[in-house]
Amino acid sequence: MRRIPLARLILGAALGGLLAASSARAADDTKLPKVEWSFSGPFGTYDLASAQRGFLIYQQVCSNCHSMNQLYYRNLEGIGLSEEQIKAIAASVQVPGGVDDNGQPIQRPGRPADHFRAPFPNDQAARAANGGALPPDQSVLELAREGGADYLYALMVGYSDPPADMKMQPGMMYNRFFPGHQIAMPQPLQDGSVQYTDGTKPTLEQEAKDVVTFLAWAAEPEMVERKQMGVKIILFLLLLTGLTYAVKRKLWSDVH
Amino acid sequence: MVGLHKSEFKNPLVRWIDTRLPVFTMMQNEYGSFPTPRNFNYFWNFGALAMVAMMIMIITGIFLAMNYVPNTALAFDSVERIMRDVNYGWLIRYVHMNGASMFFVVVYIHIFRGLYYGSYKTPRELLWMLGVVILLLMMMTAFMGYVLPWGQMSYWGATVITNLFSAFPIVGKSIVTWLWGGFSVDNPTLNRFFSLHYLLPFVIVAVVFLHVAALHITGSNNPLGIEPKGPQDTLPFHPYYTVKDSVGICVFLIVYAALVFFAPNFLGNPDNYIPANPMVTPAEIVPEWYLLPYYAILRSVPNKLGGVLMMFGSILVLFVLPWLDTSPVRSARFRPIFRQLVLLLVIDVIVLGDVGAHRPEGWWVVVGRLATTYYFLFFLVLLPVVGKLERPLKLPDSISKPVLGGGGPLPGGAPAKPMEKA
Repeated sequence: MRRIPLARLILGAALGGLLAASSARAADDTKLPKVEWSFSGPFGTYDLASAQRGFLIYQQVCSNCHSMNQLYYRNLEGIGLSEEQIKAIAASVQVPGGVDDNGQPIQRPGRPADHFRAPFPNDQAARAANGGALPPDQSVLELAREGGADYLYALMVGYSDPPADMKMQPGMMYNRFFPGHQIAMPQPLQDGSVQYTDGTKPTLEQEAKDVVTFLAWAAEPEMVERKQMGVKIILFLLLLTGLTYAVKRKLWSDVH
Repeated sequence: MVGLHKSEFKNPLVRWIDTRLPVFTMMQNEYGSFPTPRNFNYFWNFGALAMVAMMIMIITGIFLAMNYVPNTALAFDSVERIMRDVNYGWLIRYVHMNGASMFFVVVYIHIFRGLYYGSYKTPRELLWMLGVVILLLMMMTAFMGYVLPWGQMSYWGATVITNLFSAFPIVGKSIVTWLWGGFSVDNPTLNRFFSLHYLLPFVIVAVVFLHVAALHITGSNNPLGIEPKGPQDTLPFHPYYTVKDSVGICVFLIVYAALVFFAPNFLGNPDNYIPANPMVTPAEIVPEWYLLPYYAILRSVPNKLGGVLMMFGSILVLFVLPWLDTSPVRSARFRPIFRQLVLLLVIDVIVLGDVGAHRPEGWWVVVGRLATTYYFLFFLVLLPVVGKLERPLKLPDSISKPVLGGGGPLPGGAPAKPMEKA
């Protein structure tokens, strides 16, 4: 019928508009490298070994400057750490423990129920220690950047010397994927920045992949459960739609 | 008239209630035997879908409000706590968040249906106007809801939108201060937005009730745009349209679930996962997708007050639509010129949405202005003029004639709905 091409045109325009709108803000002159993520796609799950290696990097590198305020040590069960491991990790840091009998603030070893310890007591202290720049909280960083995991990975591997004609602000590093290309964070990861205990070779690319897997898990710890539930619900709805449509056909059969 | 209602229900308990408060009779009359044109296509699902979307929003919203803290220092963290520590909090929030988008998709298609098939024409003017009131309330509710997580786009969106009122001469600044409850977007603003975000949905429910009540006075329009002439033209609402709406609801839920479970942040803005910071302005401040066309109209006018007036005008013009359209023929099927123009309007609004998502630079400005011009041209000039000049096709004698006639080609293909014949 004549209506179909028009309907298709409208649908096409609608989808085109939607896609254009969603990619509108991603327009930068540097295209993000495509990485194969364990957690992409409707059946994706987190590669827990990779996330654990990523946590090691977070512990040894990121957490020197970046907070992760939304996470508790107990959450680490989600990347497959055991209760004992979590207790040991929490106990390895000192956290504020209220006040003693004289009203003086005290520190105590962390417990699984504690938030990840922040490296700085407040934003001002963080800025003062980082040349005026504030290292962003990493809890939902993966959701808070256009490009998500791909962008964070690109940022880790995007450091280089600035082009000859580029004038750098004092204390700034060149990173071709950072908006404006001048970033206050020095290159955090190099080949061999950490020693992996599982025999994985700590290349820059491997480290970047691992830490981003960890950050993606931290931002959406519910993702695996969500996708698994989604598959079941969609299958159920497809069945229900089929049944409903069959009932509808039967009921309407005497009308036409 | 005082006196007990004469109930036709047999069940003693139902009968006892129904004689004193005839809600069962009402439901039977309005949703059971209610005579409904027999020739609806699937576009007539979208009213029911909007009702479902509204109920989902209210139910999820109530549970979110139990865990949300409307305080600038705690709001962002409380939302993250819902996502991480509240049992199935992530599900409730993602359903609510994407529900706003689904509600608008459905309502926009519902509005298109009304436009295309002339559902706004006499005697359904008031029904249409109530619908526009619902749209306005929805936009306000959605805007205030978007402020609640207190992310960067929440804060800056609130700042930009409330500042629009400062464009009005003399009283503008006072209005803005009054809206804010202070001298900038801050805790009092968040508190009142939360309060209103909880209130307005129930106002929407009330207006929806009026909308449906008015619908049940005039009866539904239909794809042919001619009134039913007798029982051969109608079907009882139940079971024919309850089951047909159910099919639509299932398909709606599939799309909805795909978004919620597999791409819950696809329609969101990453900046809203950064806590609000009054000292840092995001590179670009953009509203949610469903408000982009109005945003494009706002930015297409080089004068601030002019832009604000045009933006409000783009909605207000819908109130007088029944009197702008001078054609007595409702359905676009029988109006060849109007049909092309109204489909062009759909493309125009999508283009406006695209423009709204881009910086107003270079070609986007030109496209935005052209699209804005067509939007107003359509309503204010083309509709009145085309209604007078156009020669509509011959209308069928009745609904049942083309439906039951079978065989030969009919205007617009009313009987050849593939989904019903397949």
